[in-house]
Amino acid sequence: MADAQSAVSEEKAQAALQELLWQLADDDLLVGFRASEWLGLGVHIEEDIAFASIAQDEVGHAQRYYGLLEGLGLGRADDLAHLRPPESRRNSVLLEWPNGEGQYFEAPRYDWAFTLVRHHLYDVFEIIRLEGLVHSHYSPLAETAAAILGEKAYHRDHQELWIDRLWRQGGEARQRVEAALALAAGLAGDLAETDPWTDLWESSGWWPGARAARDRWHQAVTEFWARYGVTVPPWGCPGNGRAGRHTPHLAQALAVLSEVYRQDPTAGW
Amino acid sequence: MTTREDPDRLEAFLARIDRGERIEADDWMPDDYRQQLIRLIAMHAVSEIMGALPEKEWVPKAPTLYRKLAIMAKVQDEIGHGQLLMRVAEDLVAPLGKTREDLLDDLFSGRLKFHNVFHMPAPTWADAGIIAWLVDGAAIITQGMSLSSSYAPYVRALQRIVEEEGFHIQHGESICMALAEGSASQRHSLQAALERWWPALMMFFGPNEADHPSSHQKANLRYRIRTKTNEELRQRFLTKYVPRIRSLGLVPPDPTLHYDAEQGRWIYQQPDWEWFRRIINGQGPASSARLTLKRLTYEEGRWARAALAQGR
Repeated sequence: MADAQSAVSEEKAQAALQELLWQLADDDLLVGFRASEWLGLGVHIEEDIAFASIAQDEVGHAQRYYGLLEGLGLGRADDLAHLRPPESRRNSVLLEWPNGEGQYFEAPRYDWAFTLVRHHLYDVFEIIRLEGLVHSHYSPLAETAAAILGEKAYHRDHQELWIDRLWRQGGEARQRVEAALALAAGLAGDLAETDPWTDLWESSGWWPGARAARDRWHQAVTEFWARYGVTVPPWGCPGNGRAGRHTPHLAQALAVLSEVYRQDPTAGW
Repeated sequence: MTTREDPDRLEAFLARIDRGERIEADDWMPDDYRQQLIRLIAMHAVSEIMGALPEKEWVPKAPTLYRKLAIMAKVQDEIGHGQLLMRVAEDLVAPLGKTREDLLDDLFSGRLKFHNVFHMPAPTWADAGIIAWLVDGAAIITQGMSLSSSYAPYVRALQRIVEEEGFHIQHGESICMALAEGSASQRHSLQAALERWWPALMMFFGPNEADHPSSHQKANLRYRIRTKTNEELRQRFLTKYVPRIRSLGLVPPDPTLHYDAEQGRWIYQQPDWEWFRRIINGQGPASSARLTLKRLTYEEGRWARAALAQGR
């Protein structure tokens, strides 16, 4: 009886670990994909180069997380990244949202202010999440988190430098930042959603700090915007990515990023 | 060459060139030398920037996570080359009261041309492989020659560029090898991409002007801005790449292509040079779409650049 119980709880713990890894991998893949769409289209040449590094970092992080899932026997990392249907994806809706109107190679009217504010919200959350994960009892995850955490501060600083500059400029730049924050807050409601896994993540030691993550994130975001006298608009979300409920934008993004791989997933590329 | 310059200064300048000295941005230089450099380096800079676009289409679509990372880094490098060269060009146009914005406006208006090879469509993933392998392979041949150019700031930029292009060729060759060793459909797409890019590759170095070199080519050789003719560069490209192309099981779409040992040169079918002239004048298959894309996103970013400029 005791064995059966421990087998059940072991199974639950494994499911919880996988769920956490899906969220981590899918978040970084989608935010990296959206950042990569900007390549060649940046507001100036120097920024194009800077943001391309951020895009590479994010996709590189996704690659590591999918590699951990592959290590758990869930399939090849590239299959996991490219072939899973939208409803099995666990990324936040915030990160699947398009950069703006149009396609990246056809009449893109991308919103740089939204891109920065969205990425900043994610960076702040990601740092809080990673600060917990470096203590994860799953040591491959703890090691990965430690390696990634070092890069995230640079990303956050990049977005903050831009937001600060745009805000201080006033006028159109400030209006665009305010509009971007309103849009992003209305999408980011699922980003720090840890239920129904919170207790398991804490008790199994996969993510120490999971329970406090949302409050810490809200507080950090509130403090950041308070510097500019801005009250963060109410959080909302047209779905819940953590539960696999996405907007049609995710399916569109997945169709693009897997277009070539799907031609022949068994081939060497 | 201009006759307006002080003949003694001009003579001293040409003597420096003949001694193999390098010219720095703030050295005296004849106006004609400056104009030739601007023509070459501004064109090179915007070609790197426009050259990011055909591969950029494949960045989010690259088949695997590894390829996504590699092509992102590659395209980022190209934009980085554009930035390095733009700064060299900016120093050259500064005494004329012009800026980077003016150069970009010249690009958008068609006054400043970008390289003919980047007016071509890239409709499949295999095109991204062929571009990185063979277009960059051709570019490194031109740029390798320009390492012995007389203009020092250009040479310094090129030293870094040529080093990075070496990695790009490996990246491109690796994509092509994977396709060449892959399924029938993958091999077919690679051969189709080679056929699509072949005329552009043959036009890459410009027409053979051996009998009647253009005034630009003559001036560039005199100033040692360049040291080889278009045809010499094309021959070098064929020597280096035709055997490699064939070793992947690919067939260049030119039945006349062969090395003539007696003449010591490659014989090949001339591309349509009239088409070439239309392409460089912005009438290539993808010219208008790429320029429109670049102009649109440049306009979309105007507010952000304005905020940065005023915040200084």
